[in-house]
Amino acid sequence: MRFTKDHEWVSLDGDVATIGITEHAAGQLGDVVFVEVPQIGKAVKAGEAFAVVESVKAASDVYAPVTGEVVEANDALSGAPETVNQSAEGEGWFAKVRVANPSELDALMDKAAYDAFVASL
Amino acid sequence: MTDPTAPLAPNTVSELPAEAVLKTTPLTETHVALGARMVPFAGYAMPVQYAEGVMKEHLWTRESAGLFDVSHMGQARIRGVAPLAAFEEVVPGDFIGLKPGKQKYSLLLNRQGGIIDDLMAGRPIAVDGSGDDGLFVVVNGACKDNDFKVIDDELSPQVQIERLEDRALIAIQGPKAVDALKIHVPEVVTMAFMDIRLMEGFGTELIVSRSGYTGEDGFEISVPAHAATTVWNKLLADERVKPIGLGARDSLRLEAGLPLYGHDLDETVSPVEAGLTFAINKNRREQRDFPGAARIAKELADGPARVRVGLKVLEGAPAREGAEVADESGKVVGVVTSGGYSPSLRYGIALAFVPPALAEAGTPLKVIVRGKAQACEVVKTPFVPQRYVRKI
Repeated sequence: MRFTKDHEWVSLDGDVATIGITEHAAGQLGDVVFVEVPQIGKAVKAGEAFAVVESVKAASDVYAPVTGEVVEANDALSGAPETVNQSAEGEGWFAKVRVANPSELDALMDKAAYDAFVASL
Repeated sequence: MTDPTAPLAPNTVSELPAEAVLKTTPLTETHVALGARMVPFAGYAMPVQYAEGVMKEHLWTRESAGLFDVSHMGQARIRGVAPLAAFEEVVPGDFIGLKPGKQKYSLLLNRQGGIIDDLMAGRPIAVDGSGDDGLFVVVNGACKDNDFKVIDDELSPQVQIERLEDRALIAIQGPKAVDALKIHVPEVVTMAFMDIRLMEGFGTELIVSRSGYTGEDGFEISVPAHAATTVWNKLLADERVKPIGLGARDSLRLEAGLPLYGHDLDETVSPVEAGLTFAINKNRREQRDFPGAARIAKELADGPARVRVGLKVLEGAPAREGAEVADESGKVVGVVTSGGYSPSLRYGIALAFVPPALAEAGTPLKVIVRGKAQACEVVKTPFVPQRYVRKI
């Protein structure tokens, strides 16, 4: 699993990356009340907003950590947004993206580096 | 993702550059020690939420009692020769007729009939009826410097406004607020909604009103700054009471249908448009002897161009401030001035301005969120019933 400074995680299986927000981010947001996941087929670009997560207080964009095409979206989150709080880095995943260039992940942080980054905030 | 620790949508009046030095309240250190997330608000470092988060804090206030530091708000005394008559020159309400021991909601208006701020003004008296001495006024924190200047400029020379910068303001709100407060100030049980008293409690003098900004029963307690932590800690020692941040204060007042200055109200919005006509005394509507009276009289006679309504979002994301409102044909007819997810109702609610022809409860409309037209309908406010204790 790799992590971004914007608190997304990405896990690669072959050329398909599963993407979500980190447990740290979910904790900071508080209770998630609404999630908007991308449509299948949508082209996403690393660093650009591709989903939205909302707490009582505010709406936050979720940025794509990699470039590619959405092949699956976690539609279960629309009926159960609290899954993001219960399992941010598991069942609370947002979308799966077929990545154009798997080496993009090399630029992202590993768990130790992300934990150190969070501790520095 | 967007920084999840980002503050509340900045108040248009209060937004400050990041480098600006934030003011503190007598309770700032107490909030930090309680684990609050502090954000800039109205020029102060204020707690947006504590460890439990906005949702739990909100629901706790509705079922038990929440404690709020609202010391950023502006407190003042207006005293002198005939202070009630003098204040009545400044605002559109009936203050000459205000009884001792009562407070009233009112508005500062500009000459175009727009709202400079909303406020509470009362005549605090002791439980034995003594101590009646002019008005005690509370205005919004982000507007207070300008408000007090406007009031001072308009008051007759024999009447003085004195800012009370050495006092904190603490609110306790919720169905169990009265039980938690009466342990320390037993006489509060004799007060009804909008009563205001000079009281002794927590070893100090207090100005207590039975009012608030959540739709619940509750009290606002003005306390000398040096005694603020004592009052706060003694109330918080009660297991029925938890600290509540500005995040839940905003969702609570939204459910109660109460407008927020800088969002639902501003210098372009008239009291008629905002549904605050009750704050304009009937005789004075005819006499037109207050700032902006011409526009207000015209709107009362002919109807305003837009009115504030409540919206229930029927599908999709919560609609937030700035979202456009469209009619069923897709034509943009209005805008959301504040909105979000209702923790009590578990759907999106919003306050919006729309044309009067579309303001009837049940009218189907659309809100545009991130380019998508989502179904909503006009509903009566408050969204959640207010539970004020009007009779004792």
